[in-house]
Amino acid sequence: MRILLEILRREHAGAKPYVQCIPYETDDAAATVATALRQINADPGTVDADGAPVGEIRWECSCLQKKCGACAMVIGGVPRLACDARLSECGERVRIEPLRKFPVIADLIVDRSILFENLKTMQLWMQEAAAAEGRAVDTAYEASRCLQCGCCLEICPNWYAGGVFFGTAAIVPTSRLLTTLPDAVQKELRRAYRKHLYGGCGKSLACRKVCPAGIDIDGLLVNSNAIAVWRRRRK
Amino acid sequence: MQRIHIIGAGLAGLSAAVTLGAAGIPCHLISLQPSERAQSVLAEGGINAALDTMGEGDTPEQHFQDTMRGGVYLADPNAVANLTGGAPEIVRRLESLGVPFNRGEHDLILRNFGGQKRKRTAYVKSSTGKIIMTALIDEARKYEAAGLIRRLPHHAFLRLMKENGQCTGVRIRDCYSGMTADLPGTVLLCSGGMNGLFPGMTTGTTQNSGDVTAAVFAQGAALGNPEMLQYHPTTVGIPGKRMLVTEAARGEGGRLYILRGGEKWYFMEELHPELGNLSPRDVVARTMYFVRREHGGSVYLDMTALPEDTWQKKLSDLREEIEHYLAIDPKTEPIPVQEGIHYFMGGLDTDAEHRTNLPGLYAAGECTCQYHGANRLGGNSMLGALYGGRRAAQTILREGLQEAPDQQPEFREMPDALDAPASPGFIRPVSDILLSGLGIVRNEQALDAALGALARLHPENAREENRLALAQAMLLGARERRESRGAHYREDYPQQDDSLRKTTIAVFADGQVHVTFRPLPERRM
Repeated sequence: MRILLEILRREHAGAKPYVQCIPYETDDAAATVATALRQINADPGTVDADGAPVGEIRWECSCLQKKCGACAMVIGGVPRLACDARLSECGERVRIEPLRKFPVIADLIVDRSILFENLKTMQLWMQEAAAAEGRAVDTAYEASRCLQCGCCLEICPNWYAGGVFFGTAAIVPTSRLLTTLPDAVQKELRRAYRKHLYGGCGKSLACRKVCPAGIDIDGLLVNSNAIAVWRRRRK
Repeated sequence: MQRIHIIGAGLAGLSAAVTLGAAGIPCHLISLQPSERAQSVLAEGGINAALDTMGEGDTPEQHFQDTMRGGVYLADPNAVANLTGGAPEIVRRLESLGVPFNRGEHDLILRNFGGQKRKRTAYVKSSTGKIIMTALIDEARKYEAAGLIRRLPHHAFLRLMKENGQCTGVRIRDCYSGMTADLPGTVLLCSGGMNGLFPGMTTGTTQNSGDVTAAVFAQGAALGNPEMLQYHPTTVGIPGKRMLVTEAARGEGGRLYILRGGEKWYFMEELHPELGNLSPRDVVARTMYFVRREHGGSVYLDMTALPEDTWQKKLSDLREEIEHYLAIDPKTEPIPVQEGIHYFMGGLDTDAEHRTNLPGLYAAGECTCQYHGANRLGGNSMLGALYGGRRAAQTILREGLQEAPDQQPEFREMPDALDAPASPGFIRPVSDILLSGLGIVRNEQALDAALGALARLHPENAREENRLALAQAMLLGARERRESRGAHYREDYPQQDDSLRKTTIAVFADGQVHVTFRPLPERRM
């Protein structure tokens, strides 16, 4: 399999971006964009389509099995994980870019710290000890699966960094607490939910299509809206 | 109060950070990537605690006995007694943080796991690590908002700061800016296993390179049992790594077989009838190796007889994963599996209170040699990380606090000999050499050859030198341990030798690796 990787590169945040086209060949039908990036970086002799040295392509990766969210980037125009993007599905050439809504650090690395700052603003932690029981077990499980990769925010028509709306990356983890915590300690959390999550969501649900973990975002939204907005705890 | 510097933001690091936070003591949580990307999120099958919710009369003492036997009596019995005694409280604490463990009508359901005679493993389907991490990250956020935990989540450990043989702080680099800072104070390493010595051959993450262990080893920290690495019996190859198929697959009824004369032979059930498919991992992996050597072909994991309810409630995530990566539905078709490097029982040598040999330096989690002896039981790694992180923090609270102002790190341009990474052209041969000596079955000839091949390599920078020393320690430990015990099987010394029921200690001094054996302490009642 031969494929041309068109990688949007940038030496550092202030540098001019450019597209580097790198031919890549593999016999492995299961090879992913992550496989290609790792192999290119492991071979210091790699050259681009013009014969220029490629050097190290900076990107973040960790688990290589779509469980950690480190390698989120825009591949063929869609935000997804590099370790989940099979080259065999990409055609003869594929554009690989960093997530566009976050500040670029270098090449494919972006600074996603806003994700975590938003969760802090939401005060997402257990206000008191509480075990997940009954229906909360399933909801808390689903909500705990969020990778904090940022793909949902990249695709969202309503989210931008620094805005009041915190997006699905905050909706999902908030669901865990709304479901698990007793009503009596939820007042502030419900208020934050309405302000930062419910109010800004346009329900396009584009996030549902790109979530690498396949989280049941609709289900969590319905559940959290019922608790935080309509004050109904679903039986 | 001066901040404690925790290197690593997985389960052990987070556990330590929230323990310090609860005591009002500030810390830095320093990691290459945020906690969400830590290897702990990959842990699957569960966490052990003798909660006895299944009416089997389980006790911490039985958990202790199983852990010691599983580790072939090479773990510090006092540390293990602390661990198993503390386990129920650890799991109840997680429950109170909202971890949605699988539950029965009244309490948690515990599942069978390898090497254990009681149902003892609390779990969340087969994504236990990820789900526990989410709860613990939320808890850490509480202390972060209070200013007690300061996360430095794109920062690399470079080296310890040392004075007169003591650890006095740590030098780190901001991987975004490239700038470096020296942080004075007590250091706790929770930096994970040494996967980076075997790139592509382990179930772990790319972040756990082993570079931290290599650097502190070169700076005088001793290693314990560096030869002890665990091959998990059921892994599959996916691009760039081995992927774990959780032991819970067998805990819930999965069976291993190989074709013998065209017939399925469920060899574990015949050769190891007491625990069968759920024998300790070293036993299963070694048996797989031998039956494959004799009969050829693959070993298969057969889960086709598992009831629908089990797939839905306990293993739905595992089924999705196997279907995604192997295009096999394990509900209807057995999957070919192979042993893969999964865990490092050896690592930084610590006492039962998680002190290293360098005053001022503590360690917890997979980077340490602690709790698991010659073979770790499934379900004990998350427990070891959570309990160890907490225990280490408690030790620091007793003796490692320093009255000095809490200063913001000052990052500046500061070249360091450890700036240059190990090159792929060096990493690959080291890995090949290690694999040639440290397989499931080992012998002196192969180990000598591996040591000779290592000696012929030419490291070109400090990281490569450190990596070489670490690799030598692993091979020397394996050569000098002339017996078979747990994960260390020597075909030239197939028997266990009680005179070697000692911890292998490796130190780096005068430019050389030295290996000795240290007796284990007796258990205090």
